[in-house]
Amino acid sequence: MCIPTFLKSHYIWCFLKVIRELSGVILTRGPKLSNFIEWRGYKVVYKRYASLYFCMCIDQDDNELEILEIIHHFVEILDRYFGSVCELDLIFNFHKAYYVLDELLIAGELQETSKKTVARLIAAQDSLVETAKEQASSISNMIAQATK
Amino acid sequence: MAGSSIMESFFQRSLEDLIKGLRLQMIGESKFIAKAMEEIRREIRSTDPNTKSIALQKLTYLNSIHGIDMSWAAFHVVEVMSSTRFSHKKIGYLASSQSFHDGTEVILLITNQLRKDLNSTNEFEVGLALHCLSVIATTDLARDLTPEIFTLLSTSKVFVKKKAVAVILRIFSKYPDAVRVSFKRLVENLESSDPHVVSVVVGVFCELATKDPRSYLPLAPEFYRILVDSKNNWVLIKVLKIFSKLALLEPRLAKRVVDPICEHMRRTGAKSLMFECIRTVVTCLTDYESAVKLAVEKIRELLGDDDPNLKYLGLNALSILGPKQLWAVLENKEVVIKSLSDADPNIKLESLHLVMGMVSESNVAEITRVLINYALKSDPEFCNDILGSILSTCSRNVYEIIVDFDWYVSLLGDMSRNPHCRKGEEIENQLIDIGLRVNDVRPELVRVGRDLLIDPALLGNPLLYRILSAAAWVSGEYVVFSKNPFELMEALLQPRTNLLPSSIRAVYTQSAFKVLVFCLHSYLLQKEAIPSSTLDDLAPGVSNLISERECPEGSDLAKCEAPADYEQDEGFNPRVSNRSVEDLAIENGGDIIVTHGQASSSVSLENDAFTHESVVYLLNMIKMALVPVSGSHEVEVQERARNVLGLVELVQQELPGLLVQKEKSFDNEEPKASKIIKLMHAAFSKELGPISVSAQERVLVPDGLMLKENLSDLETIYGDVLLPPPSSISIGSRLFVERNGVSLFMHTKVESEPSTESTSQLAEHRERHGLYYLPAEKNEIGSNDYPPANDPQLPDNLNDGTQDLVKLTEQSLVSKKKPTHAKPRPMVVKLDDGDEVHVSAMKLVKEPNDDLLSDAVRDILLGNEARPTLSRSNPSDKSSGNRRGKGVYLTSEHASESKELGDAEKPGHGSPSSRRSKHHTHGKERHRSPRKNDEGKEENGQKNKEKSSHRHSRRKARRRADEPLNAVAQTTVVPDFLL
Repeated sequence: MCIPTFLKSHYIWCFLKVIRELSGVILTRGPKLSNFIEWRGYKVVYKRYASLYFCMCIDQDDNELEILEIIHHFVEILDRYFGSVCELDLIFNFHKAYYVLDELLIAGELQETSKKTVARLIAAQDSLVETAKEQASSISNMIAQATK
Repeated sequence: MAGSSIMESFFQRSLEDLIKGLRLQMIGESKFIAKAMEEIRREIRSTDPNTKSIALQKLTYLNSIHGIDMSWAAFHVVEVMSSTRFSHKKIGYLASSQSFHDGTEVILLITNQLRKDLNSTNEFEVGLALHCLSVIATTDLARDLTPEIFTLLSTSKVFVKKKAVAVILRIFSKYPDAVRVSFKRLVENLESSDPHVVSVVVGVFCELATKDPRSYLPLAPEFYRILVDSKNNWVLIKVLKIFSKLALLEPRLAKRVVDPICEHMRRTGAKSLMFECIRTVVTCLTDYESAVKLAVEKIRELLGDDDPNLKYLGLNALSILGPKQLWAVLENKEVVIKSLSDADPNIKLESLHLVMGMVSESNVAEITRVLINYALKSDPEFCNDILGSILSTCSRNVYEIIVDFDWYVSLLGDMSRNPHCRKGEEIENQLIDIGLRVNDVRPELVRVGRDLLIDPALLGNPLLYRILSAAAWVSGEYVVFSKNPFELMEALLQPRTNLLPSSIRAVYTQSAFKVLVFCLHSYLLQKEAIPSSTLDDLAPGVSNLISERECPEGSDLAKCEAPADYEQDEGFNPRVSNRSVEDLAIENGGDIIVTHGQASSSVSLENDAFTHESVVYLLNMIKMALVPVSGSHEVEVQERARNVLGLVELVQQELPGLLVQKEKSFDNEEPKASKIIKLMHAAFSKELGPISVSAQERVLVPDGLMLKENLSDLETIYGDVLLPPPSSISIGSRLFVERNGVSLFMHTKVESEPSTESTSQLAEHRERHGLYYLPAEKNEIGSNDYPPANDPQLPDNLNDGTQDLVKLTEQSLVSKKKPTHAKPRPMVVKLDDGDEVHVSAMKLVKEPNDDLLSDAVRDILLGNEARPTLSRSNPSDKSSGNRRGKGVYLTSEHASESKELGDAEKPGHGSPSSRRSKHHTHGKERHRSPRKNDEGKEENGQKNKEKSSHRHSRRKARRRADEPLNAVAQTTVVPDFLL
């Protein structure tokens, strides 16, 4: 399963077609091969964590090793956030995975290098969402809506 | 997201329900999605923000995982974005960054919402808006929101600030005017105390500098400070990237940074940083020996690592370094070659590039031999990578590194036999190209071609068809070198050729035609050779023959004059037919002085091979093979097959006549067949040469010629020429069948027809093979009933010969360091008509003074420098100047002017100085041409394209550029600056 693929500095959640094509390439690669693929003038850096593959599409002159580290960084943050992350976490919380990534990268650039900070920021936003939700589900709110 | 109870009470499926449902519905997924979409469409219109946002969230999910279109919901996205609740807002913003793009109309509606959120007191809301902006900002949004972003750049909240900095990238790219406003503040952030902000700012500058490094040179001190002080690897990597761009522009900067970079390289434990240091050194600091040495050392470490990633990157760095510092590659030769058998295709490819980078003319044979053997063993994809890189390396710069063409041609043959070979097209091109360019290799080429053609197994492989087509063409074109033309014919006509596609079949048939003509001609010669010794008065015959030879080419002219000509022919016939073998060779192959020796010798060798029986056998074989083909639905094949059959029938009619011909050779009637054969042989033995891409431009447009008009003329003529052949041939032959006697009318018709036919076929042939051959073209123009064009035609040809010569000698001069090189080059020279080269070479010797004088005159007139040409005594240099000069003119707008000037350029052309002085400005232009000698001819082509109006201003700039290039040019440059 391929998770966020993005073109650097475009930061596009890649089209499924791209993902399908890439996953075809990546999944057939053996375990002992390098983590880089030359792909349509870009480089794709991927990393496998058990059944999860993360891949990023970067420019020719980007540093592959740096990208690998970013991926690892991202996975560590996810791991911390979900508590030993697995495929199901990402499937059911795809939006949260996106939010985490948003905190890590912006406009294709790494914006936060501290795992702790990212975790703190995500937690703060989650609590905001939760309070909003609690409000929404409170009885008074229901009544207010019903009588609208 | 935990399914909240309220949603269930509203009977709305939550996202989680949706996902669960999807995972359970393994089979009816699309149905399930369709149903879910129906729900979403309903729910998203709900007035309840909760229901709406959940619906949107589900839609976003389906969009991102299943690619369901969500553009229809754009307005709902805006609605959810503008919700006051953070949780809804978040969903809305996610949806917007996922689905909005520049073309989304509702984007106009969100400006105020974004502004509101950017000014929000909740930093997370600001963050959402910034994220959204970083993805979807359009020019309008960027323009309208620049003030807000500007404010945020100096906010105290780090969380917001770093995002605002990152968004700047998108803003700048969409709305460059924002730079005026916010650039200063962005730069200030470089000195921010917060490492996160610095990191992002550096990232932004890194991206900016990639696009236009020069603008950021003034910031170098800031970056330098970061480079030295920062301990953050992420930041360092970005700074290094910036420096690798800047250092290329400013050598002094390179000097400054080289030490800190080496320091980082030595110290760091992070491979990513180390690799970035290496990459910086190999891309832009190659002048600093110690740095390069250190980098190579580190590269070696990477190469020795077990991690395929590091190995790949090590090879990658080497291949960047390779062109500049080959020693680094050679030092690691072993690892590189071993990596060829690595499991990873990337590594293999990278090492292949490196290996090919090490190829030089001394080791090319060895390396390619090894690689070809290796290719046989490797997987098809990599095998083709190998073949491809061998082909491209060997053909680089007109086969620069190839000394032994015989070897190379047989290598091409071997490559073709590689079962995985998919490089048919490239090999095809090279086979033909080498055939055209390199005279001496033709016998070997024909041998290789024959080996390919004769192997029926190869016909089963569609990948080889292109190669076979080249082999067939080569065998037909250079059949003189064939040891056994009969065998060749059998190969060309073997039954399995029906597997070939029609276009290639047509080439086969045409080649068979050529072989047939050659065989018949040789047979005739053999017959005639015997009595020839008795008759020595060849002169009239020769002149006649020349006129005869001219005829078929000038189609129009030939047609109208044909009857007279042939009647005349009749009279001279005895003598014509009694020429000795040698004379014929000279005349028919008149163009190839070099080959003529070989040709005649091979002919004489063949003498005993062409017996009556063998010819009869040959004709029967052709008939048998081609009669079925003549009904082919492919016009190309059909026409050619019919042409061959027509000739065969004609010859068969007359064969007895041919046989006894020598006895009654004093009768005033030579069999038409033999004459036709001679004509055709003459046509086919006209040599084809390689032509540069810009050849068309070099053809002078004759004075006052209206190109358009002329072309339409050409069309009618061409149509005339093209149409008759098939029919006329068949009519002709049928007529012969019907009544053996021949009226004069029929006689001439049949004669003239095939001659034009053969030329038109030749033209066709060339066309199909992409071989544009100047003389042929000129003949077309010449025959185009355009008298003025005819006039300069001769010198024109001559000039072409010079040009080719010059091109080639130039090449050999340039590569003079390699002495072996001188050898293949001259061979290539003789591609063009031997006569012309000869004559032009003579002219060359005479010319320089002439040219020097005129140069001097011009220089005095124009105040231009006179020295350059004086300083060069090398005639080839001289004439290359001419060539270029001419090229330059051709592009000038006025045909007449260009023509006149072109004339003036021609070596040995009386060079009336009045003419030249008339065109001062052009003369000046022309003048710079000699200096360009050292530049590649491709560049010349480019320059030709430049508009003449620009030339003047560019001239100086170019001169400056030339300066370091050319030691000789040095002398030329100085006076120029004095101007």
